[in-house]
Amino acid sequence: MLRNLFAALAGALFGLGLVVSGMTDTTKVIGWLDIFGDWDPTLAFVMGGAILPMTIAWRIAARRQQAVLGTPIPGSLGLGVDRGIAIGSLLFGFGWGLAGLCPGPAMASVSFGGRGGIVFLLAMIAGMVATPSIRARFGLPATA
Amino acid sequence: MQADWLWGLAGGFIIGTAAALYLLVNGRVMGASGILGGLVDGSGRTTAAERLAFIAGLVALPAVAAPLLARDETHVTPSLALVVIAGLLVGIGTRLANGCTSGHGVCGISRLSRRGLAATLFYLLGGGIAVLVLRHVLGAI
Repeated sequence: MLRNLFAALAGALFGLGLVVSGMTDTTKVIGWLDIFGDWDPTLAFVMGGAILPMTIAWRIAARRQQAVLGTPIPGSLGLGVDRGIAIGSLLFGFGWGLAGLCPGPAMASVSFGGRGGIVFLLAMIAGMVATPSIRARFGLPATA
Repeated sequence: MQADWLWGLAGGFIIGTAAALYLLVNGRVMGASGILGGLVDGSGRTTAAERLAFIAGLVALPAVAAPLLARDETHVTPSLALVVIAGLLVGIGTRLANGCTSGHGVCGISRLSRRGLAATLFYLLGGGIAVLVLRHVLGAI
């Protein structure tokens, strides 16, 4: 119960941060990727602002065996940069540039993103459901 | 807006705080694509309740906060074909890569993960190419 409560709190904070930062507005995301046009640097500040508390959190985590609720602190997967990372991230980035939405903002904005936002989310879920068979079909490493 | 960068920094700090909370309290890496992906493809069945709770919070607070902050306009392209293609690519790509902007970007870079850094470079490259081609070559977005 406590675990679900804190998960909901983390999700809510994440959503608030996405709204406050402007990352649920696709024009700001596409503006960041548009380095040959009217470039919008906001996303760099969002990343910087987010990496700061997380750097401290990883340092605290490194001195602990377990999280507060008893789960082991997730370790590094110890894997190198494989084809899944390269091909997957290129595909993801391309889709990100087309619509200006990535998974977090797509969920955060679903209540006010209109028909386009809902269609994006459904297509994204369909892609996620299809991925295990795509992995198998092309012999890509299963690192999930 | 002149203060866009300041809103970005403040919002980013809230996002990082959320990720820190999820790591230190729940012992989980806050990756949006992993949390949703594990739920819909069945691989995260044993942690389904925690995933659902996270997503419920992620949807609910913006539903209230975005109108209050006058940030409830997403400007998603009216082309549904483009939206479907983009959604499929984001879904498949993030699951093949095991992460997206939050997991590889925020959580990976902050622990100096080589995979996180590499993924971030590749998705920035993919996104830059998409906008270059769609906006400046084809004029479609």
